[in-house]
Amino acid sequence: MSSKAFSVPKAELITIDRPGLRGVVFDSLILAKRSLMRVPRQPEWLFGATVQPIMFLLLFRYIFGGALIIAGGSQVNYIIVGVIVQGVVFGSFSTSIGLATDVKEGLVDRFRSLPMSRISVLLGRILADMALNIFVTTFTFAIALLIGFRPNGNIGEWLLSIGMILLLSFALAWIGAFIGLALKSIEAVNTIGFVWVFPVTFASTTFTEAATMPGWLQPWVKHQPFSLAVNSVRGWLTGYPNVGNDGWIAAAWLVLVCLIFAPLAVWAYEKRAAH
Amino acid sequence: MTVGINGDEYAVVAQDLRKSFGNTQALDGVSLKIRSGTLLGLLGPNGAGKTTTVRILTTLMQPDSGSATVAGVDVLGDPGKVRSLIGLTGQYSAVDQVLTGRENLIMFGQLYRLPTSLAKRRADDLLDRFDLTDAATRVVSTYSGGMRRRLDLAASLLVAPPVLFLDEPTTGLDPRSRNGMWEVIEGLIEDGTTVLLTTQYLEEADRLADNIIVVDHGRVIAEGTANQLKTQIGGERLAITVPHGTDFALVEQTLRQIVGAGAEEEGGVQIDVDSGQVTVPFPDGAKALPEAIRQIDAAGIVLSDIALRRPSLDDVFLTLTGRSAEEVGNETGEKAA
Repeated sequence: MSSKAFSVPKAELITIDRPGLRGVVFDSLILAKRSLMRVPRQPEWLFGATVQPIMFLLLFRYIFGGALIIAGGSQVNYIIVGVIVQGVVFGSFSTSIGLATDVKEGLVDRFRSLPMSRISVLLGRILADMALNIFVTTFTFAIALLIGFRPNGNIGEWLLSIGMILLLSFALAWIGAFIGLALKSIEAVNTIGFVWVFPVTFASTTFTEAATMPGWLQPWVKHQPFSLAVNSVRGWLTGYPNVGNDGWIAAAWLVLVCLIFAPLAVWAYEKRAAH
Repeated sequence: MTVGINGDEYAVVAQDLRKSFGNTQALDGVSLKIRSGTLLGLLGPNGAGKTTTVRILTTLMQPDSGSATVAGVDVLGDPGKVRSLIGLTGQYSAVDQVLTGRENLIMFGQLYRLPTSLAKRRADDLLDRFDLTDAATRVVSTYSGGMRRRLDLAASLLVAPPVLFLDEPTTGLDPRSRNGMWEVIEGLIEDGTTVLLTTQYLEEADRLADNIIVVDHGRVIAEGTANQLKTQIGGERLAITVPHGTDFALVEQTLRQIVGAGAEEEGGVQIDVDSGQVTVPFPDGAKALPEAIRQIDAAGIVLSDIALRRPSLDDVFLTLTGRSAEEVGNETGEKAA
């Protein structure tokens, strides 16, 4: 075995120092690329990720849609923004599954034994999932336009909406990362990793207005960050309801989510053993 | 920064490592030294502390107390530097199943901070060396178990690290693939790499290890070369094989009479009903053999085979831990301990 000559002699295997932020960016991009390389190779995954929001879109547009009463503005517009933003929440689930899989396959141990930036394993995964989220969201938008979605925001409002969706995607990915690393197995992630999504997306103004819900539930529904985020995107894109300060409050909440869950996810990553 | 051995006599030194998980004392004062360019075999039952030791030395885990240096660098003081000087191959093939073999190696090379062009050339070198060139552009999920392990090992050699940690690198491999891995590991030792190897296969330690350490319950219970350990646990073994249907109680009784009190030491009478093989410590060796055969014959026991042999590492393991390596290997539910 050792008789074969190497084209690179041992002495030439010289590494480069990439201290601090440069290392973080470099390693994150390598790992984001790695995550994205699986997209063309596992087309069924992308198919699932795109079909799901479209099914929700059709479900709420044509089946439940008639039963949901919206006080002002277009009912179709109201619901479709909800479905689109909800898709971003579901996207965070792939961050959980992806990291739990890396743990199970021993890849997290290998990454941790390399002289690389540690947060990059999380950041790379999150960047890749955000890129996929953007793709899926854009696709959902296109379908939504076909079935009657009529946004009317100006350029500034569109940019604000895109910014809000990206911030939401980023913040929820940290929750997803924490769940994927903190739970003991992929099975656990599959079964309970999704539980938090329901009170967040359904006990909210995603599909109906707070006024239609029981009084005790309304304070939560009106003020929880996801409702505020959906409402501000809805207001910017379709003119109803009024955004007011909702956008800033939602952004503040989401930054807070990042500040809490990013350190938690890094902590779980550091603690995590391969099995 | 160049990667290389800095000329120390010992490439790995661990002093009194302790680590507990809840109420379990996984490591209870483990110390070890590995001379540069040699292979140390770390043996022990499941849960003895092998993997915990490896995880501490590879910076994946911090000990509660104790200290360690790898390639002259303090594991606790400068873990980042240690990571650039080691390779780790764990119990799982820690490679991305969806990427090709070549893509995996290039990615890990980049993460080891090799310039990309160098990472590519090094990846091709290693694929060639590990007979993976033909499979280089196939995704890893199509690889056989042996190919995955070879790729996994290649991934820990990207910067030709001076110190390599192999945690049960051949567990689950078929004999042919295992042999292939052994040749690769022998090649690395020839090249001057220092290796810490944990294994459940005593044959593996016997073949590869310059020195062996046996741990149990988080402590080092024996160390030395394979030969020293075999000598340490005493003299020869008498191994007889009897046909199917033999009364094993009678065999055991007869052997106890022959050997006397010595039969209770060093693992005692070992019976393997399936193969019909019975082994007993036989301190008096060849000169007592004719008398033993006479007594076995007088008891009416038919022999298929009889032999005197030196203790194997299996015997060492059994004597030291009270369990055979095979039993240990069959236990399930090992934690990262």
